[in-house]
Amino acid sequence: MGERIIRMVIKEFIQVFRDPRMKAVIFVVPVLQLLIFGYAVSTDVRHVPTAVYDAGNSAIGRDLAARFGSSDYFDITDYPRSHAEAERLIDRGDVRMALVMNEGFEENLRAGRTAHLQVIIDGTDSNTAGMVLGYVAGVTADFSQEVMMERLGRARGMTVGQEAVELRTRAWFNENLESRNYYIPGVIAMMVMLITLMLTSMAVVREKEIGTMEQIMVTPITPLEFILGKTIPFGIIGFVDVIIITVVGVFWFEVPIRGSLLLLFFATALYLMTALGVGLFISTVSGTQQQAMMSTFFFFFPAVLLSGFMFPIANMPEPVQWLTYINPLRYFLVIVRGIFLKGIGADILWPQMAALAVMGTTILWVASRRITKTSS
Amino acid sequence: MDKEQGKTAVSVENLERRFGDFVAVDRISFSVASGEIFGFLGPNGAGKSTTIRMLCGILAPTGGTGTVAGFDIRSQPEFIKTRIGYMSQKFSLYEDLTVEENINFYSGIYRIPANRKRERKEWVIEMADLTEHRSSLTGVLASGWKQRLALGCAVLHEPPVIFLDEPTSGVDPVSRRRFWDLIYELSGSGVTVFVTTHYMDEAEYCDRLGLIYRGELIASGAPEKLKTELMREDVLEVHCDKPHEAMELIAAMPGVKEAALFGRGLHVVTDKGEQVLRDLQATLPAKGFAVERIEPVAASLEDVFVSLVENRDREEEPQREVRR
Repeated sequence: MGERIIRMVIKEFIQVFRDPRMKAVIFVVPVLQLLIFGYAVSTDVRHVPTAVYDAGNSAIGRDLAARFGSSDYFDITDYPRSHAEAERLIDRGDVRMALVMNEGFEENLRAGRTAHLQVIIDGTDSNTAGMVLGYVAGVTADFSQEVMMERLGRARGMTVGQEAVELRTRAWFNENLESRNYYIPGVIAMMVMLITLMLTSMAVVREKEIGTMEQIMVTPITPLEFILGKTIPFGIIGFVDVIIITVVGVFWFEVPIRGSLLLLFFATALYLMTALGVGLFISTVSGTQQQAMMSTFFFFFPAVLLSGFMFPIANMPEPVQWLTYINPLRYFLVIVRGIFLKGIGADILWPQMAALAVMGTTILWVASRRITKTSS
Repeated sequence: MDKEQGKTAVSVENLERRFGDFVAVDRISFSVASGEIFGFLGPNGAGKSTTIRMLCGILAPTGGTGTVAGFDIRSQPEFIKTRIGYMSQKFSLYEDLTVEENINFYSGIYRIPANRKRERKEWVIEMADLTEHRSSLTGVLASGWKQRLALGCAVLHEPPVIFLDEPTSGVDPVSRRRFWDLIYELSGSGVTVFVTTHYMDEAEYCDRLGLIYRGELIASGAPEKLKTELMREDVLEVHCDKPHEAMELIAAMPGVKEAALFGRGLHVVTDKGEQVLRDLQATLPAKGFAVERIEPVAASLEDVFVSLVENRDREEEPQREVRR
């Protein structure tokens, strides 16, 4: 049994590595994706271009605007001279936010009344807008607090320097809240899924298409030997990709890896079983390489979208959340992020690993049942 | 392999394969003796490949029984696979592997004993005349070489029975001839060769033939027997100028069943040979054709095949009308 599997594996490796495009897909694409996610994709919101329109042109208005400008989150880029001009800047996309203080802003404040600060946000990108609003609330609250303190001090004739509750935040696991730390472990999950899925789904269907499948089916090879011969090489390639991405992520992007590497590899093996199984299954139901390619993407895109890679699962409608339970990517993301950032071990991650093991064996079993040497 | 001699290598009874309503192979029965070259002759779509695929255990029959190399085609297809070699219509080795890599692959899949691997590989390379191309990618080889390499890989494990499905389609005549020399060589060493073809000249090389048409086996026997016993009609060979125009004229003459171009002349099939011969001798010059000669000839395999097929069509015509 061993000899046939070894021959199959050697053959697959020769074929994959003789094709320069395949080599690029396996070694260059993962690193490229990693660079994109490491450098370009960032959900951190900083330097929001902001316009300030202060109708009264007051000192206090300038003070408030300066507080926005001095924070890392906002860049004051324009000082429109009318409300309409501020609106136009938003329309054109020159600024993402406009702060508007109407006539009497300063007077109201000085008189101890409530002054209104209008904030107009470009809400087309709802995620960013939400975060910007949070920062605005923070800056405004600080300012408000100071004004209150000053008023209290004036009223009582003393200075009040103490706040009632002081907020001290600590972000655990990703101290500087860098989105790269969150995404790079995710890229491992995504790339490994994509590459093994593609290679495996093509592997069988290509042989069907060019006619070599029939020749193999006329030999005494057993279906199990055939399946192992078709999955082991791509499993190995998947592992190599995990290692490449991990090395680049840790040494180039300085993503911390706090958990056990051994556990990471073990979980990767479980995860690869699901990817290889799905790939094999696609291969058995597809008649042509195009069909296999299409099916791969029909599986892959929803799998990424519904995995928590970019959008939190908790925000999804409940029926969609149920759907994510059959998504292997979902579990593996929890595992890689857990191992990389939190440094947690199997004692916490075992439910996810068990889920992957069950799914992997199931889909591999279903797929292998579909590979028969005699067609009926 | 000698122990197989005198036995039956392939035998099928009422073998049938349906695809939905379509009957690809319609209850055919035949047998092939060990060491024989059995030719399966028929037009495209007649059911040749379907039959071969059932015999090789990659397509399950929907009816009938059969054995190949002593194993049942329904219940023991995997045993059959250890005892046969198969070469499909389409070249089906890996074009992105070299000649040697392809041989190594199949030699591993067939689990050829380690001490024989080298010897078998060299045998294939020499047989296929690929010594200079052993490290070439298979995809760049000319079709004659590909064909011989495919044959070599199919017989690496020295199977007693080999199935060749239109092995020479798309190969130049010289390579075809060489390929048949190899088939004779294998047959000489006791291998049973089951070969499908639609080349009539190749059919002549076979020990025995089965003629398949629309899924039915319409005749079988040695080529000589088919030509002498199964041809009910006479064949006249006509050599004249403008054979194309003459063909139309002749086909319309009374008593003529069929007129077809054959080589540089025409073959005229008729029930009444002598009368038609006289008619032709009178009519053709009268219509302005310069007649070189007209003579009765022995039927070629092609004549036999065409005649059998046409008789079949005539017999079936009324039935098919009813079926509609």
